[in-house]
Amino acid sequence: MEKEHNIVSTQQRRVDAWGKVTGKAKFAEDYNVAHQLYGKVLRSKYPHARILRIDTSKAAQLPGVEAVLTAKDIPGSKVFGIVVKNQAILAEEKVRYLGDGVVLVAAVSKEIAEKTITLINVDYEPLPVLPDPETAMQPDSPRIHDDSPEYEFRNTFVHHKVRKGDTEKGFAEADFVIERRFKTQFIEHSYLEPEAVLAEPSEQGGVKITGSIQNLFSSRRSVATFLNLDLNKVEIIQTTLGGSFGGKDEVMTAMCCRSALLALKTGKPVKMVNSREESMLESYKRHPYVMYYKWGVKKDGRITAMEQRCIADGGAYASMSPFVTWRSVVQATGPYHCENVKTDVYAVYTNNNYTGAMRGFGSPQVNFAIESMMDELAEKVGKNPLEIRLQNGFERGAVTATGQKLEHNVSLKEVLTKAAHSSSFAKKWNDYRHQPPSPKKNGIGIACSYRGVSLGAEGTDAAGTIVSVQTDGSMIVSSGITDMGQGAQSAMSHIVAEVLGISLDRIQFLNTNTSRVPDSGPTVASRGTIMGGSAAKRAAEIVRATLLDVGSKMTGITAEALDLRENYLVHTLGETPVPPGVESGDSTSRRCKRLASFTELAAETFRRGKPMYGFGWFKSPKTSWDEEKGQGEAYFTFVYGCNVAEVEVDTQTGKVDVVEFTSVHDVGKAISRGGVLGQIYGGVAMGLGYGLLEEFDFEDGVPKHLNFDEYLIPTSMDVPPVKAIIVENEDAAGPFGAKSIGEPANEIAAPAIVNAIFNATGQRVYELPANLERVLLGHKLTRKGERGSVRKSAAETWTDASCKIRHKATDE
Amino acid sequence: MLQMNTLTITTTINRRNYTLCINPNQTLLDILREELGLSGTKRGCEIGECGACTVLMNGRAVNACLVLAPQIEGQEILTVEGLAVGEQLHSLQEAFLEHEAVHCGFCTPGMLLSAKELLDENPNPPETDIRFAISGNLCRCTGYVQIVEAIQAASANKPERKP
Ligand code: FES
Ligand code: FES
Repeated sequence: MEKEHNIVSTQQRRVDAWGKVTGKAKFAEDYNVAHQLYGKVLRSKYPHARILRIDTSKAAQLPGVEAVLTAKDIPGSKVFGIVVKNQAILAEEKVRYLGDGVVLVAAVSKEIAEKTITLINVDYEPLPVLPDPETAMQPDSPRIHDDSPEYEFRNTFVHHKVRKGDTEKGFAEADFVIERRFKTQFIEHSYLEPEAVLAEPSEQGGVKITGSIQNLFSSRRSVATFLNLDLNKVEIIQTTLGGSFGGKDEVMTAMCCRSALLALKTGKPVKMVNSREESMLESYKRHPYVMYYKWGVKKDGRITAMEQRCIADGGAYASMSPFVTWRSVVQATGPYHCENVKTDVYAVYTNNNYTGAMRGFGSPQVNFAIESMMDELAEKVGKNPLEIRLQNGFERGAVTATGQKLEHNVSLKEVLTKAAHSSSFAKKWNDYRHQPPSPKKNGIGIACSYRGVSLGAEGTDAAGTIVSVQTDGSMIVSSGITDMGQGAQSAMSHIVAEVLGISLDRIQFLNTNTSRVPDSGPTVASRGTIMGGSAAKRAAEIVRATLLDVGSKMTGITAEALDLRENYLVHTLGETPVPPGVESGDSTSRRCKRLASFTELAAETFRRGKPMYGFGWFKSPKTSWDEEKGQGEAYFTFVYGCNVAEVEVDTQTGKVDVVEFTSVHDVGKAISRGGVLGQIYGGVAMGLGYGLLEEFDFEDGVPKHLNFDEYLIPTSMDVPPVKAIIVENEDAAGPFGAKSIGEPANEIAAPAIVNAIFNATGQRVYELPANLERVLLGHKLTRKGERGSVRKSAAETWTDASCKIRHKATDE
Repeated sequence: MLQMNTLTITTTINRRNYTLCINPNQTLLDILREELGLSGTKRGCEIGECGACTVLMNGRAVNACLVLAPQIEGQEILTVEGLAVGEQLHSLQEAFLEHEAVHCGFCTPGMLLSAKELLDENPNPPETDIRFAISGNLCRCTGYVQIVEAIQAASANKPERKP
């Protein structure tokens, strides 16, 4: 499309914001219906134990209790899982982490439901707790899932590899070898809205579930098999979501199944809401990784061999681990040339919270390692961090570690140069290196990345959007791609408005309902804009063709000379001067004559009996993957980004303040500028939390923090001013050239900060987060015992179990 | 039902007078959300850490999850639902819309009220004061940048801000 845009790329308000500033937006917990019951779940008492006996007799007798259910009451499949189906919705024989649900209750009030839980007795036989993945991999460790296939090592349920060239030969050619171990932490998504659903029995024997659910279609599949219902009997409606960041998937599936079971058993609506403590206790986290990196390098800075071995703590269940670790294996060596690559990524069961999708999806971990290694390489060969990246970085035509030739506009060097230039990187880096000793030291650090867009060869990748014109010319749009607060509805609305030449206030976007839109896969992997947006564009184009055809019949002007602009059907007059007497209603320089309002055109289309409905389906271009060889066209296109962080380190306390931040991203095309900027700012803040503050810590399977008093996320005082620079190299694969931004924005802040700390202090941090003790002492201090919000009773009862395996001392 | 001694209190919420029959152990947050259907005030942590439940009590920002119902006797409460007067949005609401300060929107009601307290006290605060004023309101989506910009904008062009 060569013409200028009216909506796309201009400053437009978000379509969902009005309800959110007036308090009218309805989030999941805001839904109530008459006679609803309150559901609660009794969770496990031990991180790993066999269930011997469950006694619910006392609980069932409490007045006001309507149901007390265990796994025995489940009519269909008792387990679910996106890849490996072994996650219990209610544990029957064994509990594998503290968040496992065991008994379900429904009562007429929240208080009674909570009371009921305390009247249930469960006898357990505690089993050895495996809190550390490297220990869990040892052959003498007990198995967490008895029947799960193992890959190479004990409790290991995923092994992905990439093989390119011959690393032995590569190391032989090298002048030096750099070998390092990196470690990252568990991260809690910390969506501000805790999980909630309302399940209602429907008239036809099915169930309707309204809630804060990210991936409606996978949740629906699980509910249907769990209850033995057809998919069309399970209707799931997404409410306005108070954040997700990848986090409202399986934890919501479990909640959907549980509330639906209670609703069907009692015949009444059932509401379930997690407190923050329940949310943190049960929900999945971002995977911690242990990463062994070994690179062979030449004196001139070239890389001859890269060997990586990464171990992801998968926690109690498989969840998205197979997909998350696949992205890690593909991107484990970053956007850098190397002939000889060998990467192995494993995911291992432990008795920690299970780990799954979180913004970044397997990239924040490896990017921390890669970008730290790059800086070490620069140091080793006496170059600056920018030079070494420009020397080794990809350009168009480069061949990735998986053997994919990059045929799109590879803008790595453009984003690197822009970020470095706008932050005076090279000069500051040099100045800070030679700063005199002082209690406060400054540092600047750079990090860049390339990232495969959408799901890639990980899964089927297609999405649908529906555009329906009403007889008054207003519009209803719905999509299988969901909005979690990231602005997907706005991006799709902008695209529809652009194609149909209408203003945004004429569009009403419906919250996603599984019974009204086609299964469009999960809204993950920053695929909202590229997939949902492409489908929206196609749907709108179908409608546009019909409308222009009607317009042509109405006016006798050929459809080619007609256009839809600013709520009018117009006759385009090209570049010729406007004849006298012809009004030009177009605010842009393009000349045209208004023929009919959009409302009149819609009414006419209806009168003529034409379809006023467009359904757009978009399937991503082909990708491929050979699991054995670890080679393939992993993603159909990539995005490029660069972050520069400037820090001040207090050398007496180890405190690090980020004082300035520059974030440059090639997004293809910014459909909504404010939306893209917002994603960048929010991504940086979350990346800063990852780099400096956040750590969801466990002690032998028991979380040490369950609320925001101890799990610290960045506040307005922690986040520095952020300079965001949007680069636009339109990509043929996306709508109007757009790609993605949600995850790229989040994946390189931490390594930029850690590299800045090195520039300031000359000390490198190899484990995240770079908090006071790691910066000052070079290791983590451990706190014994519990404080604050930690669930004391659970901690006390099981620590005296005689049979536990101690942490391997990985935090020496 | 678990019975408890109820208490009758009178209070003003969004310029309307109420006489309420409450349980003394209910919080202001419960009263707003469960009893009065004012669900714009959000529940995020219930321990006074996230700020999602921020409302104004006699013009001061408080965490509604930490205020016990009997404490609102005779007080004036303002929630997000009372910010606009009729159809007229408050200048902060306008600014939040204009500056994309709203992403998922869960923190927004609390942010607006913390910001209102600040601007009522100091109509032209420097950025550091703005950041300090909202430091008790967590936001996981925005990185705070556009929120700070919106508050700045609302402070610069403040026409007479009503209630
Ligand atoms: S709910 Fe009151 S501060 Fe979080
Ligand atoms: S907008 Fe989502 S928490 Fe602030």
